[in-house]
Amino acid sequence: MKLTYLTETMGYRELVFPDKTAAVHAAFTSDLLSDVMGNAPDNSILITVQGHKNTVAVASLAGIQAIVLCSKRSAPEEMTDAALREGIAVFSTSDNQFTASWKIAQGLQLVRQ
Amino acid sequence: MQNIPINTYTSPTVILELIYRLKVKDVMSRHLCTAESATSLKEIQRMMKQRSVTGVPIVEGKRILGIISMDDIIQALEGGYIEDPAVKRMSRNLIVLEDDMPVSFAISYFDRHPFRRFPVLNKHKELVGMVTTRDITTRLLVEINKEVDAIERRNAESRPPGTQLEGIRRYRIMKHDFEKAGLASMEIKKILKTHGIASPVIRRAAIAAYELEMNLVVHSEGGEIISHFHQDRIEITARDNGPGIPSIDDAMTEGFSTATPWVRSLGFGAGMGLPNTKKVSDDFSIASVPEKGTEAKAVIWYHQKPKETT
Repeated sequence: MKLTYLTETMGYRELVFPDKTAAVHAAFTSDLLSDVMGNAPDNSILITVQGHKNTVAVASLAGIQAIVLCSKRSAPEEMTDAALREGIAVFSTSDNQFTASWKIAQGLQLVRQ
Repeated sequence: MQNIPINTYTSPTVILELIYRLKVKDVMSRHLCTAESATSLKEIQRMMKQRSVTGVPIVEGKRILGIISMDDIIQALEGGYIEDPAVKRMSRNLIVLEDDMPVSFAISYFDRHPFRRFPVLNKHKELVGMVTTRDITTRLLVEINKEVDAIERRNAESRPPGTQLEGIRRYRIMKHDFEKAGLASMEIKKILKTHGIASPVIRRAAIAAYELEMNLVVHSEGGEIISHFHQDRIEITARDNGPGIPSIDDAMTEGFSTATPWVRSLGFGAGMGLPNTKKVSDDFSIASVPEKGTEAKAVIWYHQKPKETT
């Protein structure tokens, strides 16, 4: 799934989007960064409410390409700066994590519409 | 079998650039050993022996008429006509190269034709040299050596100083410094990446380094991360000045945590750090003395962990 699916089809707001051609093949939903670190697949989207700089560090180290901040969580400037530096995309949405996970699973063709 | 085992289409770019950049005139031998039409095969045989060549072009001035090869001489000896003049026995069906052709042409000519040497003509059709597979391979080896040398020097220059794969780097980690948390791990990851270590291995090392680093940030009074890069593995050690872990067994249990609520609100302290580290490491050890401090060490091999040697 191309990351542009998040903005174009799902209407999520892009906060940082360094590579418009980037694509992912998995997603992972969690707020426990150790859980993300230990279990998230690489080339994936992280669906979370953890809107801070450390989330970017974890994403970068775990090979995650994009972070979707749910439930209207905002990203502080130091988070978007870090994301830009590490080449990681950050999006925000008013969807909660359950809804975002379900929609992204559709985009990844993991569930039927 | 290919005479010169270099594919002129699919070789590495460096090689392709080389065989297109080098011209036939750069590799050919200019010291010509020629004979005239009237020269006898016996005299040519003597020239071949004396000059250590296997083919002699027959010329008239600078124009090539034919070629006498070692095979022609052998046949002449067998057939008893070694006293014949060259003009009577030479091969006239000549395949020639031009001096301005790229070496890649010469390589494919040797693949396509059974000859071991080609005469080289300039644009005025004058004989200016001879080229053998040996001329080409020798020159290519010299040029490839130069290229490899240049590549090695470029690689060495592009690495920041002090990041050789063999070496030790230390990072000071402060208590509750979530601001800088992860910097040591990021740097370890970048060093491994610069040295071409496989991504899944880098990921495991990054996870181990990050968990150990976060443990120092969350739980310790401060400490250091020591990354020891070896040729075949990385050893990541986290050492702190306290407070020490009362029960290692508890600390190694997934879900067990002593983190404060605000640390948990950041997404840390889920009780997965040490179990995660152990999971991604080839070797993992931890020792702690209450009040004094803790030392945890993770080892990750770049390829496969060798069998125990004790």
